[in-house]
Amino acid sequence: MFDGYLLSLILALPALGAAVLAFLPAENRSLLRNVALAACLAAFAASLLLWTGFDPSTSNMQFVEDHAWFELGGFQARYALGIDGISLFLVLLTTLIMPLCILASTHIKKHLKAYLCSMLALQVGMMGVFIALDLVLFYLFWEVMLIPMYMLIGVWGGQRRIYAAIKFFLYTAAGSLLMLAALITLYQYNVTPNFNIVEITGALSDGRISIPEGTAYWLFLAFFLAFAIKVPLFPFHTWLPDAHVEAPTAGSVILAGVLLKMGTYGLLRFCLPLFPEIALQMEPTISCLAIIAIIYGALVAMVQPDVKKLVAYSSVSHMGLIVLGIFAFNLQALEGATFQMLNHGISTGGLFLLVGMIYDRRHTRLIEDFGGLAQVMPRYAVFFMIITLSSIGLPGLNGFVGEYLTLQGTFLANPVYAAFAATGVILSAVYMLWMYQRVFLGKITGEANRQLADLNLREMAVLMPLVLLALWMGVQSSQFLRPMDASIQKVVDRIEQAREPQSFRVENLGR
Amino acid sequence: MLESFWILLLFPLAGAAVNGLCGKRLPHKLIGLIACGAVLASFLVAALAFVELTGRAADDRLVTVSLFTWIEAGEFVSRAAFLFDPLSAVMILIVTGVGFLIHVYSIGYMHGEDGYYRYFSYLNLFIFMMSLLVLGDNFLVMFVGWEGVGLCSYLLIGYYFKERFAGDAAKKAFVVNRVGDFAFLLGLFLIFREFGSITYLDAFQSVQSSYPGMETGFGILSLITLLLFIGATGKSAQTPLYVWLPDAMAGPTPVSALIHAATMVTAGVYMIARCSPLYSRAPETLLIVAVVGAATALLAALIAIGQRDIKKVLAYSTVSQLGYMFVACGVGAYAAGIFHLMTHAFFKALLFLGSGSVILAMHHQQNIFKMGGLKKYLPYTWGVMLVATLAIAGVPGLSGFFSKDEILWQAFSSPQGHPLIWALGVAVAGLTAFYMFRMLFLTFHGQERIEMGHHDDSHGEDDHSHHDAKPQEPGWSVRGPLGVLAVLSVLGGLVGLPAWLASTNQLHHFLEPSFHYQFVPEAHGEHSHALEMGLAGVTTLIGLMGIFVAYTAYLRRPHLPEQVSQRLSGLYRLIRQKFLVDEAYDAVIIRPTHWLSKNVLWKVFDDGVIDGAVNGTATVVQIWAQQLRKIQNGYVRSYATWILLGTALLFAYFSYFAA
Repeated sequence: MFDGYLLSLILALPALGAAVLAFLPAENRSLLRNVALAACLAAFAASLLLWTGFDPSTSNMQFVEDHAWFELGGFQARYALGIDGISLFLVLLTTLIMPLCILASTHIKKHLKAYLCSMLALQVGMMGVFIALDLVLFYLFWEVMLIPMYMLIGVWGGQRRIYAAIKFFLYTAAGSLLMLAALITLYQYNVTPNFNIVEITGALSDGRISIPEGTAYWLFLAFFLAFAIKVPLFPFHTWLPDAHVEAPTAGSVILAGVLLKMGTYGLLRFCLPLFPEIALQMEPTISCLAIIAIIYGALVAMVQPDVKKLVAYSSVSHMGLIVLGIFAFNLQALEGATFQMLNHGISTGGLFLLVGMIYDRRHTRLIEDFGGLAQVMPRYAVFFMIITLSSIGLPGLNGFVGEYLTLQGTFLANPVYAAFAATGVILSAVYMLWMYQRVFLGKITGEANRQLADLNLREMAVLMPLVLLALWMGVQSSQFLRPMDASIQKVVDRIEQAREPQSFRVENLGR
Repeated sequence: MLESFWILLLFPLAGAAVNGLCGKRLPHKLIGLIACGAVLASFLVAALAFVELTGRAADDRLVTVSLFTWIEAGEFVSRAAFLFDPLSAVMILIVTGVGFLIHVYSIGYMHGEDGYYRYFSYLNLFIFMMSLLVLGDNFLVMFVGWEGVGLCSYLLIGYYFKERFAGDAAKKAFVVNRVGDFAFLLGLFLIFREFGSITYLDAFQSVQSSYPGMETGFGILSLITLLLFIGATGKSAQTPLYVWLPDAMAGPTPVSALIHAATMVTAGVYMIARCSPLYSRAPETLLIVAVVGAATALLAALIAIGQRDIKKVLAYSTVSQLGYMFVACGVGAYAAGIFHLMTHAFFKALLFLGSGSVILAMHHQQNIFKMGGLKKYLPYTWGVMLVATLAIAGVPGLSGFFSKDEILWQAFSSPQGHPLIWALGVAVAGLTAFYMFRMLFLTFHGQERIEMGHHDDSHGEDDHSHHDAKPQEPGWSVRGPLGVLAVLSVLGGLVGLPAWLASTNQLHHFLEPSFHYQFVPEAHGEHSHALEMGLAGVTTLIGLMGIFVAYTAYLRRPHLPEQVSQRLSGLYRLIRQKFLVDEAYDAVIIRPTHWLSKNVLWKVFDDGVIDGAVNGTATVVQIWAQQLRKIQNGYVRSYATWILLGTALLFAYFSYFAA
């Protein structure tokens, strides 16, 4: 079923939803929401077919669609889509998070139609980034996604929304421009008929394309910066806390759950396979930044007075671990890092959803305004606890599998890195449990907290999938790891090839 | 039953799920029945499997079952696989057996508390996690249990979460344990790197083939074992990470008995015994283990002397007794450590449950200086507490005597032992007898100083009770388990009789196959039974002296302690203040880190430097833009001037370069 156009279908469904929304009356809010939800759910259902139809034995792109798109002065851009073991679950993560976000957006009243359209457009952009193989198409989606996110923060955000939205936009646009420059330069060296990431990677690894080391260095750096800002890696992270705090709940969830993954996905898809030699050279610097991010993010998270900001800084810490794992260059660390991308989407996405639920009720997110909530909202306390445990990597839940593999792999590459990074294990327990204690335990503080209503059915329906997934991924990790094997092994092989001296000879000949 | 022993894991898991998910709507009786039934079922399965295991030949007493692959990436594989051998058999019997008794006790103790279902759900979950810990066939499954019991401990310490101190204590326990787990994880990474597998048997076979003897100097094995041991100091409350255990007494008393005395805190001892193939080859670490164990035993025993809260006395006593077990491991006497682990599980669980029954009778009064003379009102509790106190004090014939004595003898005689460690152990034995009888005398004997507690929360039966009412013995569900544990505390030592009493030590003999891969160093010289007996005599004498001093100080001359404490006011204050260890951690680690994170990293660096640079860039651009926009002023004359200027420049440029 749908063979040959399944990816297009998944891409088109939210776009279709947005188109339908445009013709619906703006007053009928529940209709608007239901249509948007239906579009997202349909996309999710379709994306499940990707999983069932996925062949884990190959590292080749699957569900490939490749059609001519436009031609300009001999340059041919193609509509080329495909997924491999790395992007499969990122696509699924996106399609899973989106309906939950729509479901969690009932508090949005202002310009609902525009809001929902922005969400759906965002989904198209994000999906496109993960599935586009043609680099022009990739860049198009990369930029497309910026605008609805900018709108979400700038229109439906908090008090300092304009500042946060512009900061987010400028930060990422700076990265995008660097990437554009890098893409144009890369095109100069391209000898393959297409501008397809898979073909270019292949041509680079068998020497058909050779880029002088000096140029490769700058190209790597440009790509790396673009992705590092997105991750965000220390010290490019200061847009994140502002964006998170000001964004509406769904915006934060998408930001943390999916958007940040584009950075780490880019590192895995571009930086490592295209420029393995440079990646090897730059590894010490990048690993150091990643370790700083882990510890620094955790320490700064610990002292945040605002729960949402705390979660934002914890993201910096968690994403640092993912970057560290990617630059450990071995199978365990890379699979761990990819698994951790999904975990972070679930646990941090879940935390932002939870914070949003209490913000809807109390219109504050300051830890000091709460206390003893476990007595008033027992169900909320339980969900919050489980997601917290997932976030701090309790064995049996998803976080542990990713964290363990990443750290084990990092240890094999460099024990000292792993030792520093593993302090995150302690610190995450400190900042999360301390926050949990101040919000949920102890005596009920303040009259306003006494009146709070516990989670309703809709809210539990939003959280339940995440909790179940956290448990499932924590116990049956193989179902997620096996499809990654071949694709990740390919990246590892590419790095190993670059470690061998003869590949340097090829490089030097090219010069 | 032996081949399918792993089903014992399912009962408590199911019990936890049922009570946790729908316990709110179930009657209390049913909740208790489900929880106790689940643990009883586990115990029965374990017992049947144990009987079958003993029926097999000694070298055939090992069953592994692999259920599914849990984590796999390249060569790294961790299966959800379980191992039943003599060591795990003994452990699982203790866990489910004592666990069952404490479940039954809890029915009475927790009667009428809020969140009854929550309590039993957590308690069942704990039994599940602890079973994972002792039955896992690889380090990672052990680690699941290891952190899992930590979670249950967190949840149960924080059971009275409305109280601030409960939340504090719960968080402290989890975080301090995480410090240990950090080292434990690094140990696991190293094991995989060195041996290529985290499955016990594979790793042990690999270590046996690559290390025929002991490691010389501080090498990889010493590092691995040291890292694992740091993990153990967290879980098993040893120096320097013991600080969480006394605070953990904030949890309900049966929890203290089960988790913080009988089972969870002994996980570190089990881990070392399980890893004896590694430890026995790492003499450097063994020395550290023995010294840390002995030092902790002494430190905690000293602190216990000055405690006024009945549960705190027992908590420090537990830390001290765990120190003994680590001494045993440190001198290479792993079986002796497991033996003491077992007897301690009996008498310490009994002491905690007995103290719980006192606390219940006293309406949650825990200060032993506000008790006294309770023997009259609580004769049954007094009786069982006396048995347990005699057992822990090492009075000959009771279980604690045999197990403690074996450790001391090994500390003296084993190749890794040292007379100094023995001497420390003997001193601790004297202190133990003293502080335990101090507690017993202050609680049950002497003058009545009864002041009932003020436990305000709605306590079903207690609602109508008056605070001047006389303390009363609790019901059957509380008394029953106490009786069983009392019998075990007396007879438990019989499985490990010393050489001067019996030809074979049954427990040692049974455990032997589990220590198969261990390296056994040459013993230097034979020791006579007479010497062993003589040393046992010395210990016993010291213990009796401790009892006598307690008798003199707290019964015959009740003013003596005050006089002594005034004479030695400095030392006394130091002991009362628990050597200020918590305060030191707070001042040296916690507060500086917090201050640094808040004032330097966040406010100065993140907001100031990084964001300052970002916003500064924006400001600079803006300033430039402000200046440049003045050019766009809308006056035709000024535009004309600029055009003229531009043309002139272009003209000059081309005429210069064209020439």
